[in-house]
Formats: sequence, structure tokens, C-alpha cells
Amino acid sequence: MTTLLRNSLKLAAAAAFIVAASAAHAEIKIGAVLSVTGPASFLGDPEKKTLEMYVADINAKGGVNGEKINLIVYDDAGNPNQARTFGTRLIEQDKVDALLAGSTTATTMAIIPLAEEAKIPFINFAGAVQAVSPAKPYIFKTPHTDLMACEKIFEDLKKRGLTKIAMISGKDAFGASMQQQCMTVNKKYGIDVLHQETYGPGDTDMTPQLTNIKGTAGIQAVVNPGFGQGPAIVTRNYKQLDIKVPLYESHGVGSKQYIDLAGAAADGVRLPAAALLVAEKLPASDPQKKVVVDYKTTYEKATGQPVSTFGGHAYDGLMILVDAMKRAKSADKAKVRDAIEATKNFMGTGGLVNMSPTDHLGLDLTAFRMLEIKNGDWTLAN
Amino acid sequence: MPEFLQFAFSGLTVGAIYALVALGFTLIYNASGVINFAQGEFVMLGGMVTVFAHAAGLPLPLAALTALVTAVVIGLALYRLAIEPARGASPVTLIIITIGASILLRGATSIVFDKNFHSLPPYAGRDPWIVGGAALLPQSLIVLGGAAGIVAALWYFLTRTLTGKAVLATAANRLAARLVGINTNAVVGLSFAVSAAIGAIGGILMTPITFTSYDSGTLLALKGFAAAMLGGMGNPLGAVVGGLMVGLLEAFSAGYISSSYKDAVAFLVILGVLFLMPQGLFGRSGVERV
Repeated sequence: MTTLLRNSLKLAAAAAFIVAASAAHAEIKIGAVLSVTGPASFLGDPEKKTLEMYVADINAKGGVNGEKINLIVYDDAGNPNQARTFGTRLIEQDKVDALLAGSTTATTMAIIPLAEEAKIPFINFAGAVQAVSPAKPYIFKTPHTDLMACEKIFEDLKKRGLTKIAMISGKDAFGASMQQQCMTVNKKYGIDVLHQETYGPGDTDMTPQLTNIKGTAGIQAVVNPGFGQGPAIVTRNYKQLDIKVPLYESHGVGSKQYIDLAGAAADGVRLPAAALLVAEKLPASDPQKKVVVDYKTTYEKATGQPVSTFGGHAYDGLMILVDAMKRAKSADKAKVRDAIEATKNFMGTGGLVNMSPTDHLGLDLTAFRMLEIKNGDWTLAN
Repeated sequence: MPEFLQFAFSGLTVGAIYALVALGFTLIYNASGVINFAQGEFVMLGGMVTVFAHAAGLPLPLAALTALVTAVVIGLALYRLAIEPARGASPVTLIIITIGASILLRGATSIVFDKNFHSLPPYAGRDPWIVGGAALLPQSLIVLGGAAGIVAALWYFLTRTLTGKAVLATAANRLAARLVGINTNAVVGLSFAVSAAIGAIGGILMTPITFTSYDSGTLLALKGFAAAMLGGMGNPLGAVVGGLMVGLLEAFSAGYISSSYKDAVAFLVILGVLFLMPQGLFGRSGVERV
């Protein structure tokens, strides 16, 4: 009996201590589920590094509204099932105030219902347009959509008077989704898609497909939606077959790795991409120059790795969230949500963000720059 | 006609790579009855180790040699540490062990090196030759020539040397081979080493064309396995023919039918062949003489 009593007393004391301790250290909890390892690690790894780097920086400067940020990161390894499990854990166990999560479209779609049900502000880093369309109250995203990439490419084609194109698309989720999105807007820009080819994610030779494209009469340009090593092989085979018309890649190849793999064949290739890739080359008058140069220098100094647009999406998400919390003067979920939706004229690495109740992305076509690869480096086209 | 040639070049280049993977399967299967699903990892190691040794400052031939030795050492270790201790286990168990080994190798490579794609400078010129209106990369010829050289060397080894004949004897009947004084354990170990070397050479030759990354071995193992089954598991000639056929089927169906269904067409043909000839094109008949 006495032992039982003593134990209960100990327990009660411990509980009191925990309550007191947590009250003394009020903090904002931000949960992140990212694909730090696995096939999408090229997305999740820079995102995690960016978030950790900038959260430490914000805390060193006194935090947000006088409270420190506690960042909890879980690695879903690119697996939507794990993303859902970790999302549930963040909401139910860690009781986070907001979510910055979802490196890929698949993992994001797994977390969206959880955030909606728990009414937690959720900014994701998914590429596809489904992640914010139709707009759901608590769901926001920062990366450009594949639909915007298509529009930017078509806009450029129209400007150059090239209206008859062929497409060679990756069969992975990214390539297939972008191919579909392109086919919904090509008429709007007066573009005729005369021939379509695809290739598998692990394919090592695309010359048969490109031979057919080369043999199609009247083609004025070729568009290649895809990411990973596929577009680099397409680019090399394109050169090998000596196809003369311009080649357009997607924003999915926006990393130095693509140029390294494709080598000299990448010269003259155009692609829509965020300003981050050409940070130093932007004219001094460009309103985005400061934010992208600052992020690039900070990231490259801290990690020793070249900057990619993907880490930039995480930077934008964190800054939009922190900004909203400051304006809401609290971490209250509903108030923060309203504040995120009211974000206006926020300059991020992805572009100028103007959110509205129907647009939870807030970027327009000017957020993309049309780049051309010259002598193994990105340059602004035109 | 130029299209036909272009498709053929594409198919032969890709097919030669599949053939090398299939040869690796065949050798180990013959000597030990194990289907080694880590075969694709040897190809990946050949490419990855060469890339990183070259990046570390070694000249290309030395980097390639380093990769070759690394793959052989890992092949031997796989045999000594995983396959030999499980001797006597059922084939299914052994196959599961090799799948586990391939996952381990992939993970270790991603940690030791990285998860990015890498390429190597081509060993011959960068500019394609125009043959009959079709473009052929010199590197493709190197891959084809390398595959032909390996097949010739393997044929010489198996039919003209005593050690090679010991491998054939072990393949034919392990117990009988042991009774005539062949160290069958050493022979099986040797077959793992040779398979690893063939895989690594494949990886070294193909990386300038196809790139490499820590997980590029998985798909190669699958295609190589299909090629080995098509040719008849256990027959080296079948492995080569099977590999080239799978490559050509993919290229021609991508070119003439539809690129969306090229894998489906290739595998349909394989299924069809196996339906009519369950032992594969060159496979041994299942009937055993008593």
C-alpha cells in the first residue's frame, strides 16, 4: 500500500514537473514529413537542410512572436504510406501547429486529408497542380505547377513563331502529369502537337522514339517533360541523331546535374525554371535578385553543395508561414490559415506570391524564367 | 531504311548490355543452381566505382581496374559469407539471400558514394558516325565489341582450359565432379568471381552511354533475367542471343509499334516463346537420362 502511494506521489510530481516545464518553454511546433532518402531524395534532402538551417537562424534571432520554433522532421523515404503515418504522428502525438511537408505529389496527397480534418495549416512542396486545385481551406503550396511550365514553354514557342511540335514524355508520374497538362492548354496558344512518344523511367536509349520524331514532317520544336536521367539521355540522343529543331526541357531538369550528364549536347536547350538558377545573372534592377542571391549564398556556404530550386520551395514555405504567424500575432491554427491566405507581395525564391481564397499557390507565369543553356551554364533566354 | 538501321543500332547496343547481365546469371546458375539477383548490382558497381575512382584522380584505365577488382572481391565475399554458409538450403532460400544482398549493396553504395546519376567521358570519340543514314556512337561499338570479346574469352576458358572444364563438369553433375577430384566449392566461388567481373566490365563499358546510379542495377537484373530465360537458363550462347533479342524487340516495338507499349511487346514475345519452348530457345531439355 505504501509503495503504491509513494509511486503515485512520484508520478504526480513528475506530471506536475512536465506541465510546469512545457508551460515555461512555450514554443511553436512545426512538423515536416520529407523524402530525405529514397528515389526522391534530390527533393527532400535540400528541403530538410534548408528548413533546419533557417529555423536555427530564426531561433537565434529570438524566434517568432517571442517563441522559439521547434522543427520536427520525419523521413518518409518517398513512400506515401509512411508519409501518412508520420503525418498522423505529427498531428496526434507531437501536436504541431503547422505542417511543412510533402516532397512529392504522391506523399503530399497522402497528408492533405489529415491536415484538412485536423484543421492544421499545411504548406506542401508538391509539383503537380492537384496539390492546390481545387483550393482547400488549409492547404497551400509553393512550387510552380507543371501546367505553368507548359504555358511558359508554349508562350516562348509562340513568340518564336514555332507552332508545330512533337512531345517525348517520361512515363513516370511527373512526365505523365505534365504531358496531360500540356495537352489541356496547347490550343490556347495555337500549338499543334503532331507526334507523341514516351519512354520508361529506367530506359537507357531513346533513339528509336527520336528517330520517329525526326521522320515526322513539319515538326518545328520538341518538348520533353520529364526529370531524372531520362531527359539527359534524350538530349544526348537528340544530338546524336542531329535533329536541328529547338529542344525544350521542363523545370524538372533544373539542376546542374542535368548539364553535367548531357554535356555539350545540352547547348541551346531551353527550359522554364525559377530565377534561383540564374541568381547572379539577374539584372540588379530585378526585384527578386536579393532574395535568390541571399538564399543561394547561405545554402551553398552552409552545405557546400550547389543550390537547387527544390530547397528554395522549402525556404518559401517556411518564410510564408513565419510571416503569417507574425501577422496573426499567434500560432493559432485558424488565424495563421487566414493570414497565409492573405499573403500579398511576398517575394520568394519561386517568384512573387499573391494568395487569394481561390489561389493557394499565388504565382503567375512571370515566376518562371525562360532559360537557355550556353557553354554548360544557365543563361536568361532572349 | 535509315530508320530500320537506327532501331537496329539502338537495339543491339542495349541488347549487348542485357546479354552481359544474362551471361552473369548463366554462369552462376550453371555452377551452383542459384539465380543470383545481385547480378545487376555488379554492373552498377562497375560503373559507380569507376566514376568515383576517376573523380578521385585515378586515370580512367586504373579507375576501371579498381572497379573490376572491387566487384570481384564483393562477388567472392557474397559467395563466402552468404551463399556458402547456406549450402544445402532450397533454391528459393538462396534466391532470397541474393535479393537481400542486392538491397544491401544498393544501400551501401548510396551511403558510400551518393544517390545522384553519374556519367563517364566516352572512351572513343563523342561524334556519331553516319552509317547508311543512321547515327552510330563509337561507344556503342565499344559496348558491342566488349560483349563479343567477353563471350569469346568465356568460350575459350570453358572449352580450352582445365579450370574451365572443371566448371563445366561441376555444372553437369556436382557430385560426380567432386568424385573425380574437382574442388567444387572453389569452382562455385570462381563462377561468382567471373560473373562479378563480367558484370563490372559491362558497367564500365555502358556508363558513358546509359549513366549509372546506385539503383541502376535493379532494372538491368530484371531485363538480364528475362534475356537469360528467353535464351534458356544455363546456356551461355542462349544468354547472348536472348539479350540481343530483348534489346532488339524493345527498339523495334518502340520504333514501329508504340513507345508506350514497348516493354509490354517485348515481354509478350518472351511469354510466347516460353509458352511454346518452356526451356527457352537454347535450354537443356527437362528430361533426365537415368
